[in-house]
Amino acid sequence: MDNLVGFFSALADPAFPFVRNALFAGLLSSILFGVLGAVVTVKRIAGLAGAISHAVLGGIGIALYLSATGKVPGITPMMGAIVFAILAAAIIGVVSLKAKQREDTVIQAIWAIGMSIGVLFMAKTPGYTDPSSYLFGNILLISNQDLILLFVLDVVVILLAWRFYPQIEATSFDEEFAQVRGIPTQKVFLLMLTITAVAVVLLQTFVGIVMVIAMLTLPAGTAGYWAKNLAAMMGLGTLFSALFSFGGLAAGWLLDVPVGAMVVVIAGGVFLGTAATRMLVSYGKRRALHNDKG
Amino acid sequence: MNTVPIALRFSQVAFSYDMLPVLEDVNFHLHVGEFSALVGPNGSGKTTLLKLILGLEQSQQGEILLFGDQPKKNRSMIGYVPQHITYDPTFPISVVEVVRMGGVLSTSRNGRAERNKAALAALQQVAMEELAQRPYSELSGGQRRRVLVARALVTGPKMLILDEPTANMDAESEKRLFDTLRKYKGKTTILIVTHDMSTVSSLTDRVFCIGAQKPGQKGRTVVQHTLEPMKHAPELYGGEALRVLHDVELPADYCTLDGGVNNG
Repeated sequence: MDNLVGFFSALADPAFPFVRNALFAGLLSSILFGVLGAVVTVKRIAGLAGAISHAVLGGIGIALYLSATGKVPGITPMMGAIVFAILAAAIIGVVSLKAKQREDTVIQAIWAIGMSIGVLFMAKTPGYTDPSSYLFGNILLISNQDLILLFVLDVVVILLAWRFYPQIEATSFDEEFAQVRGIPTQKVFLLMLTITAVAVVLLQTFVGIVMVIAMLTLPAGTAGYWAKNLAAMMGLGTLFSALFSFGGLAAGWLLDVPVGAMVVVIAGGVFLGTAATRMLVSYGKRRALHNDKG
Repeated sequence: MNTVPIALRFSQVAFSYDMLPVLEDVNFHLHVGEFSALVGPNGSGKTTLLKLILGLEQSQQGEILLFGDQPKKNRSMIGYVPQHITYDPTFPISVVEVVRMGGVLSTSRNGRAERNKAALAALQQVAMEELAQRPYSELSGGQRRRVLVARALVTGPKMLILDEPTANMDAESEKRLFDTLRKYKGKTTILIVTHDMSTVSSLTDRVFCIGAQKPGQKGRTVVQHTLEPMKHAPELYGGEALRVLHDVELPADYCTLDGGVNNG
């Protein structure tokens, strides 16, 4: 209990700005996890988003190397990550649209090559570089600039989701029909992938590269069990993400464990718990119906 | 000479995927208000032909005119009912939202209120207005198909295209579907695509068959057949209606040009 009080006082304490920043990052991330997560889930592009998120390690590694060796002074890991994310999204997008075969091989290759490039460049970067803070997130690394960027992306994503909601809904539900209605489905797909790529870069500061994809699917997946439509799935997904983020942050503080991993464990537990409960309820209903008939 | 305007015309159309010829020398036309059936076995090129009509594929040779212009320009005049959409049962969406999607515009979000009103009216046309708020995933296969018909009707299309509309459909839904189509017959050009080559709905005016190959050609072509009433017509495709069910008894070599029937 004392620990919980300690957590709340740390939130208010100016001496611990990172706790407050982590909370803000969690709340701002929740909008992206909720809105983009719903799109990624119903559009079934979680695999593509996973490949993009892992490939950004390559950009991070190269940027760290270039900066530490003085070859390109001032380049930040985020700049490298953004370049790699957009590059990965472009390759994966074009391959998904054009390739008639081996699509998943190419996607897995981007995933693995991106990560390997990151590891290689980090190994050659002077001084000690710990890839785990990028892989699993590190709330100490969240800067005010990250928060501003997250906020800007939140606004962009909300505006795009509102403005093009009918087109997003139609292309996700029935792509061929959307195409017949004149919706530029390929452009919508590439835009979704690019925005997801940029979001992945900003979101990995909070939960890390490896777990971004979990947060893009688990809260939206949980929301999908309750939501009546895509908009409600976006809203509920945002709410769930915010709750999981806050819970993960508090638990991380109390138990002294990494916050990103804690958030994902909570999100995964709630998702699996909801899925299991619904399966049991549906099984129970079928049994009752069977007994009535029998 | 038939003076009714032409809704769809294929002239010397050829199409191939990469180097594989799928359609060759395809010539046929539908008049405005006609109820036609396009029949052919699986793999005969029905889906390709549909994609050409919908402007989802471009023919390499010949000309396709949909209401006098390229399909891509005029395809918004078509109400399209796909055979089975790659449907994700976990997609959260209500019946009325699926139908409203029928009027979605290419980039605009305007007209939501009108689309909603039109969606409810279209649901009435397929006798499903009571299920408007139900989750789409809770419907039976036949009910879902009727919702997709409502989605196609929502814009008041000049032409309706239904791809295998009765596949996996129960008798009740089938009857209701053809009851709806009967209301549109004569007013809307209707094309039903089906692999059932022996029987068609009694509503059908003309039947086209896809699948035959002309001598020396690899691609399939389209020919027309005549329709005949059956002696003991089965109860199919709304067939218990007042009209006598017409039947096409197709011999093994059915895909030879009959020629001369309704040649515009």
